[in-house]
Amino acid sequence: MPKDSGIGASSKRREDIRFLTGTGQYSDDINIHGQAHVYFLRSDVAHGRINKIDTAAASAMPGVVRIFTGADFEGIGGLPCGWQVTDRFGAVMKEPAHPVLAQGKVRHVGDPICAIVADTLEQAKDAAEAIELDIAELPAVVNMKDALKPTSAKVHDDLSDNLCYDWGFVEDNRDAVDQAIKNAAHVTTLELVNNRLVANPMEPRVAVGDYNRANDESTLYTTSQNPHVIRLLMGAFVLGIPEHKLRVVAPDVGGGFGTKIFHYAEEAFCTFAARQLNRAVKWTSSRSEAFMSDAHGRDHVTKIELALDADNNFTAVRTETYANMGAYLSTFAPSVPTWLHGTLMAGTYKTPLIYVNVKAVFTNTVPVDAYRGAGRPEATYQLERVIDKAARELGVDPIALRRQNFITQFPYATPVAVEYDTGDYEATMAKLEEIADLSGFEARRKASEAKGKLRGLGVNCYIEACGIAPSNLVGQLGARAGLYDAATVRVNATGSISVMVGAHSHGQGHETAFPQVVAEMLGIDENMIDIVHGDSSKIPFGMGTYGSRSIAVCGSAMVRATEKIINKAKKIASHLLEASEADIELKGGHFSVKGTDKSCAWGDVTLAAYVPHNYPLEDIEPGLEETAFYDPSNFTYPSGAYACEVEIDPDTGKVTVERFSAADDFGNVINPMIVTGQVHGGIGQGIGQALLENCAYDENGQLLSASYMDYAMPRASDVPFYTVDHSCQTPCTHNPLGVKGCGEAGAIGSPPAVVNAVVDALQSGGFKHVTHIDMPVSPSRVWAAMNG
Amino acid sequence: MYDFEFVKPSTVADAVAALASDEAQALGGGQTLIPTLKQRLASPSKLVSLIGIAEMKGVCKNDDGSLSIGGATNHATVASEAAATYPALAALAANIGDPAVRNRGTIGGSVANNDPAACYPSAVLASGATVITNKREIAADDYFQGMFTTALEEGEIITSVRFPVPQAANYQKFEQPASRFAMVGVFVAKFADGVRVAVTGASEEGVHRWTEAEAALSANFSPDAIDGLSVSADGMINDLHGTGAYRAHLVKVMTKRAVAAC
Ligand SMILES: Cc1cc2nc3c(=O)[nH]c(=O)nc-3n(C[C@H](O)[C@H](O)[C@H](O)COP(=O)(O)OP(=O)(O)OC[C@H]3O[C@@H](n4cnc5c(N)ncnc54)[C@H](O)[C@@H]3O)c2cc1C
Repeated sequence: MPKDSGIGASSKRREDIRFLTGTGQYSDDINIHGQAHVYFLRSDVAHGRINKIDTAAASAMPGVVRIFTGADFEGIGGLPCGWQVTDRFGAVMKEPAHPVLAQGKVRHVGDPICAIVADTLEQAKDAAEAIELDIAELPAVVNMKDALKPTSAKVHDDLSDNLCYDWGFVEDNRDAVDQAIKNAAHVTTLELVNNRLVANPMEPRVAVGDYNRANDESTLYTTSQNPHVIRLLMGAFVLGIPEHKLRVVAPDVGGGFGTKIFHYAEEAFCTFAARQLNRAVKWTSSRSEAFMSDAHGRDHVTKIELALDADNNFTAVRTETYANMGAYLSTFAPSVPTWLHGTLMAGTYKTPLIYVNVKAVFTNTVPVDAYRGAGRPEATYQLERVIDKAARELGVDPIALRRQNFITQFPYATPVAVEYDTGDYEATMAKLEEIADLSGFEARRKASEAKGKLRGLGVNCYIEACGIAPSNLVGQLGARAGLYDAATVRVNATGSISVMVGAHSHGQGHETAFPQVVAEMLGIDENMIDIVHGDSSKIPFGMGTYGSRSIAVCGSAMVRATEKIINKAKKIASHLLEASEADIELKGGHFSVKGTDKSCAWGDVTLAAYVPHNYPLEDIEPGLEETAFYDPSNFTYPSGAYACEVEIDPDTGKVTVERFSAADDFGNVINPMIVTGQVHGGIGQGIGQALLENCAYDENGQLLSASYMDYAMPRASDVPFYTVDHSCQTPCTHNPLGVKGCGEAGAIGSPPAVVNAVVDALQSGGFKHVTHIDMPVSPSRVWAAMNG
Repeated sequence: MYDFEFVKPSTVADAVAALASDEAQALGGGQTLIPTLKQRLASPSKLVSLIGIAEMKGVCKNDDGSLSIGGATNHATVASEAAATYPALAALAANIGDPAVRNRGTIGGSVANNDPAACYPSAVLASGATVITNKREIAADDYFQGMFTTALEEGEIITSVRFPVPQAANYQKFEQPASRFAMVGVFVAKFADGVRVAVTGASEEGVHRWTEAEAALSANFSPDAIDGLSVSADGMINDLHGTGAYRAHLVKVMTKRAVAAC
């Protein structure tokens, strides 16, 4: 019997009622009396020197409040980078200044030059057209390998070149890996591109800055996945506003996918300008602006080599990746191709020697940072593609080759510095074979052939690392923040509960799932519990939501706080029931005395806490509210096996995804329905990356895919009905819920499955020369490959 | 968007008069023009909406068997009302954009705009239709003059389009993955006196006829008839979504499919 409440129940998402009835409160719904609007005049060239900005005529236009330029931000901090990577040779990465508004040069199409504040947005736009800009266009740096040539133009004049860092991991393994590859019985090499993506959350970014002169307090309403992180970065590093004078609110947020983690110029600007003007300032991104100002994702160019011995055991992996940073370092950009990528290169396999080299490069493009999966999809894609290629070269079954090399003993210390606590890769693969009906594939292939279509099967595994921690370790790796989280459980007098959590929900369903945990622990109805999130003035602290960390990290903090609540409540109950505390049991929302029929209800205890007439005041304080901070001792390691079947129309090269199956191990699952939804969404994005999405620049740094006319988002008709299963569960050993996180898995595991299937279809259709096609596997690319 | 004046006349004569003023522009369904205005890429002083003009709306069968569609008729109406008389045309209309676009966008707007990737121009050209304006009748072969260019003069309004109904016809659209406009669209129309083939999406010259295929299909109306033909990649659109060679290839594939589906 499935449960109908608590942990393991598929409780309906309570937040959907407001989302589906138009009663959500998004940042753009916030309008402050007397607010002004800002329009950002952005660079239309990729690289140029600003000779002159003349705002005189524009400033005199109707409704204009003030026009700001980079000069207004002299002496004010630039946008900080939250992670410092140290290179192969022990030197720290190059970290260029990132001004709020361009100073001296513009460095990508979309770089903000002027901020025009006016009574209305239309007036601001009118004034923008009257600004005289004299910008001398410079040669644009677009291609990463060209960017590293000594003759290349420099994105940042004060840096010696366009190389941000040259990272080696594990550097001490370098020679051993080279040797192993030299001595291998077989080496498979694959060069590939992990395509640049634009996250495109349904809600574009918004910032509303407000200032209260009476108490010198600033408030920023913003579309953020982590309001406390914004408060820290913007308050401490950019504007110099202490925390007690700065409130950051991220109300309902319509999707983040990583791109709303980062601290953006528009947030700092609106907060700054509101103080300067003593007037609220609002900015809502247009979709066109989003394409050129939201941090992009992926954009790696990689060569990977897989070495095998004569028995097909993996002996070494060596990779060389060029990772695009764009024009500036976005908040967590340096960590993505390094610590979130290199550490996953073992996958689910016991390869003894691994060396990962990453060259991060500045180019005249929009900054690139974390996007659903962040580094882990890039690692998974190259590894699972090269294994497939190796199987083909060796003439062995790709599933058998994977199985043979699976890690089977846990805990397992990989050669890339992480320790997997639990997992059972054989179990998820066996589950996949069952749910994907792999034994029926050949019959389906014949049926496709009878229709004149090529059919292919792609299978792969993935490993993911969620809830990146502990803080002292990530500090050593260069993080400039801790990666714990916090929760306050506030039990009210009548027994209802507000849980203030540091995680932010922007589609993940926290408002439903988090109460399920507390309800389970206390044995009360989950509808008595609400979570509060997204407002720095309401919640104790929090690092926010990304990296599939919320339930594993913040959920654990919530468990710890609830345990403290239970301890105190038992003390109160022991007083009310005149029994020893050790004999008090909490079950089904009632406190009882072991071995007796004496009991009192949850509400009796909570009322006593707030109306302490009969209460052990000498021993415990009144009230029932507890806070916990939780810093995990390790990452969690979800894993799984995915299968994709595609059909290719050989006349046009068009690929359609016919079947997609996912067998995931997320450890314990709080709400199976929500988890299923997260996997569905992730696979949809993965199919989008694999078949459709392509953020492309021309050689002058102009964005070719600057709107939905040219940037292909996946639509419902581009994806099949998925078969997903998360019944294989090896609980995490180091957090109290045994949970691992599920938010990114689908986006990590699915791209290689799709591309493996495409290559399989072409190979089996007689196109033996096609061993790889870069994503997105568009019809024209497939056709070109077939005819290549 | 810049400020503009908005008028919604109820007769063609009033619309023509309103369009006579400087910088006035006709507005059909606004599916192309409104986004252009929002991006401040056009600045008409006055928009003259045509969708309140009853005489420009609707689908009707003429005595000679041809089909007339009012210039302000939206795609959804064509999809339903032309289905019995000219199913290939109705199917084309039914597959333009999404429901919102189909319930706003008009045939007059589409044909006036002559986007090189639009669907309707291929039907107009392959059918040998007549574009009827407030001033004159223009044969399709004279009307389309290269991408975004037509025989229309300043202020001229397409009041209707008259389609001869072929014995058999079919439109095959290979969608550009992002916009879902035609990356290559081919409309094949078979008449008693021969076959006409019009290609959209592919060429830098916009919609055009494929005369070699027409000759081959007029002699032998079967997909194999064009096996021996090849389409040159010269002058084909080469962009992010596909090379000229790929588009040239698709022209042949889509033509064969259209013939097979007739
Ligand atoms: C999301 C989306 C998807 C689309 N997909 C497709 C597709 O798959 N295939 C396709 O073919 N099209 C597609 N379109 C375009 C759509 O068909 C529009 O209807 C068409 O481009 C313009 O028609 P409209 O009535 O909206 O014209 P408007 O935008 O109002 O006007 C366009 C131009 O035509 C002029 N004009 C309008 N009506 C007349 C008239 N009667 N006489 C003279 N001039 C006139 C206007 O002055 C303007 O210059 C799509 C549009 C959108 C927004």
